[in-house]
Amino acid sequence: MASNLSQLDKLENQSIFIIREAYSQFKNVAILWSIGKDSTTLLWLVRKAFFGKLPFPALHIDTTHKFQEIYDFRAKYAKEWGLNLIVTKNEEALAKGVGPDKGKFQCCNELKTVALKKAIAEQGFKALYLGIRRDEHGIRAKERVFSPRDEDFEWDYKNQPPELWDQYKTKATEEEHLRVHPLLGWTEIDIWEYIKRENIPVCDLYYAKNGKRFRSIGCETCCGPVDSEADSIDKIIEELKTTKISERSGRAQDKEDDYMMQKLRSLGYM
Amino acid sequence: MDVLSFVIVGHVDHGKSTLIGRLLYDTDSLPPDKIEEIKKASEGQGKRTEFAYLLDHLEEERKQGITIDTTQVFFKTDKRRYVIIDAPGHVEFVKNMITGASQAEAAVLIVDVVEGVKEQTKRHSYMLSLMGLDQVVVAMNKMDMVDYSQEHYDKVKSDVADWLASIDIEPIEYIPMSAIDGDNVASKSEKMSWYKGHTFLESMDTLKNKPLPENKDLIFPIQDVYKVGEKRINVGRVESGVIKKGQDIKILPSGQVTKVSSIEKFLEEDVEKGSASECIGMTTEDSVFLDRGNIVCLPGAEPVVTDAITASIFWMTKHDFSKDMKLTLRCATQEASCKIEKINKRINSSTLEVIGEDADTIKNLEVAEVVIKPKKPMVIKDFNDVQELGRFVLVHDGNICAGGIITTEN
Repeated sequence: MASNLSQLDKLENQSIFIIREAYSQFKNVAILWSIGKDSTTLLWLVRKAFFGKLPFPALHIDTTHKFQEIYDFRAKYAKEWGLNLIVTKNEEALAKGVGPDKGKFQCCNELKTVALKKAIAEQGFKALYLGIRRDEHGIRAKERVFSPRDEDFEWDYKNQPPELWDQYKTKATEEEHLRVHPLLGWTEIDIWEYIKRENIPVCDLYYAKNGKRFRSIGCETCCGPVDSEADSIDKIIEELKTTKISERSGRAQDKEDDYMMQKLRSLGYM
Repeated sequence: MDVLSFVIVGHVDHGKSTLIGRLLYDTDSLPPDKIEEIKKASEGQGKRTEFAYLLDHLEEERKQGITIDTTQVFFKTDKRRYVIIDAPGHVEFVKNMITGASQAEAAVLIVDVVEGVKEQTKRHSYMLSLMGLDQVVVAMNKMDMVDYSQEHYDKVKSDVADWLASIDIEPIEYIPMSAIDGDNVASKSEKMSWYKGHTFLESMDTLKNKPLPENKDLIFPIQDVYKVGEKRINVGRVESGVIKKGQDIKILPSGQVTKVSSIEKFLEEDVEKGSASECIGMTTEDSVFLDRGNIVCLPGAEPVVTDAITASIFWMTKHDFSKDMKLTLRCATQEASCKIEKINKRINSSTLEVIGEDADTIKNLEVAEVVIKPKKPMVIKDFNDVQELGRFVLVHDGNICAGGIITTEN
């Protein structure tokens, strides 16, 4: 069981290095906290990097379609970890009735991407920390650690900046903000082994109840559980060693059409 | 389980993405829904199942059948886990190939035995050589196209060997294979009984992780300084050697000497030391004020402090270098605006031909031997000694436009 320890240490050190590097460059930053296992792990690493006290806010994009367990978890740990929590919603779109039943692409784009744009405009963030990983999705596998977005929020995936020897891009004149991805090199199993080692709290939805559990958590409306008996961290780790099911198999926005994720992401989706 | 990362480089269409797809398939690393998704997507475009689809995820990549950007995927053998870094083979995307190679511990150079050594075969391997990637395996692909002929293989192998010798790469081994059919990838091919060496996977299992430079002299570049309670904590990553509580240290470039008062990690008490690759915090006994870019070392084992750096740089932007271009040099956490004072040589990175001497421009994809003058003194090492202080990037308007290797300490 302990065989992955040195690998976890490597990953932890690399992530802390990236987190500190981005803060030293941008100062006016925030961590995007979806309350899922990855962004909660990222939050844990950020707390480590800054010796317990976050010098910047945690931002939650609330589509209002999240699970109750997610809202409960948010309230509990925002308090326990003394977070400066900013919750942001696209009130205008919600008032117009934008929702998953009227088209998933529009819903993800309006309630997540546009809401995020609004928060960035209001707070003037120069960079955002996101907990995305390369092994989640082929499009995310192409990401850089520091990834620029232009004023229209677009990701120019055909012309990404070079990144070498832990030297990252700084903000160029025409760019809106940078996405910083400290967990890019982690796999799903690394995350769970680290959660176990560090005793990081995660939402109960990840643990199996009545033969089902969530492997990836998004909105209640667009994310389904997988068949599983894994009701503890150890069992989840065992399950992941043998499973042949993709992590995001329960996530609707990955499926709709071949390139929906690419289209969403090029418009500024996470 | 240990993890090893390797990059696959080579000329366009020599089969990088196909080899990776084959590896994932043969090591049972693909979920059934992924295989289905790819079959469906291939059919949607009227093609047969294409392994390259696994990596070429962008719409433009699939429609044009090329890899645009570097990507990383995972698989495992009984021995360990692997991160494969795929690099595009098209000349347009060399900067993406360099990004991929800079994150690898080993490299696979793939050569199509029908086409032999081509422009990107040369350029990519030359870049590997410059960047100090010295574990190289050569995958001699598409043996099915030459009837698995040993004679043909030997001829192309000797061409590749001649080229690699000219750029000081001594490959670990050459493997004849057919990635599309899986011959000599995960299992030995009966079609090439004349070949007695490793399969590709066996060969990967012989590669070694890059050793951490713990036994070298201490280099601890300061990344930032945090005020936590009453403490001023200097944070950073130990790049080489070990830093210990109570130790005498010297701060460069100022030359001040003090003692380590404590090593700090969140939620850990009485940390005694920090070793190479660890991100730590450090407090000092005297109230000396450190800053980002200061280099902490041991008295008597100092790196060089200089304001003239001799280096080989590779230019990777379409924006040509001209003398009035504003450049910033970044080496570990050090940063200074700088001038390229002298361009001794401009070199074609594929043919190695010298394009010009004592030049005043550098163009995309060229390698140049230069002398750089930073506006303030920099702390450096020869690349062959401590890589982390022997390499740097040049930045123009927030974008990295060149990578550099320090060839001699001045």
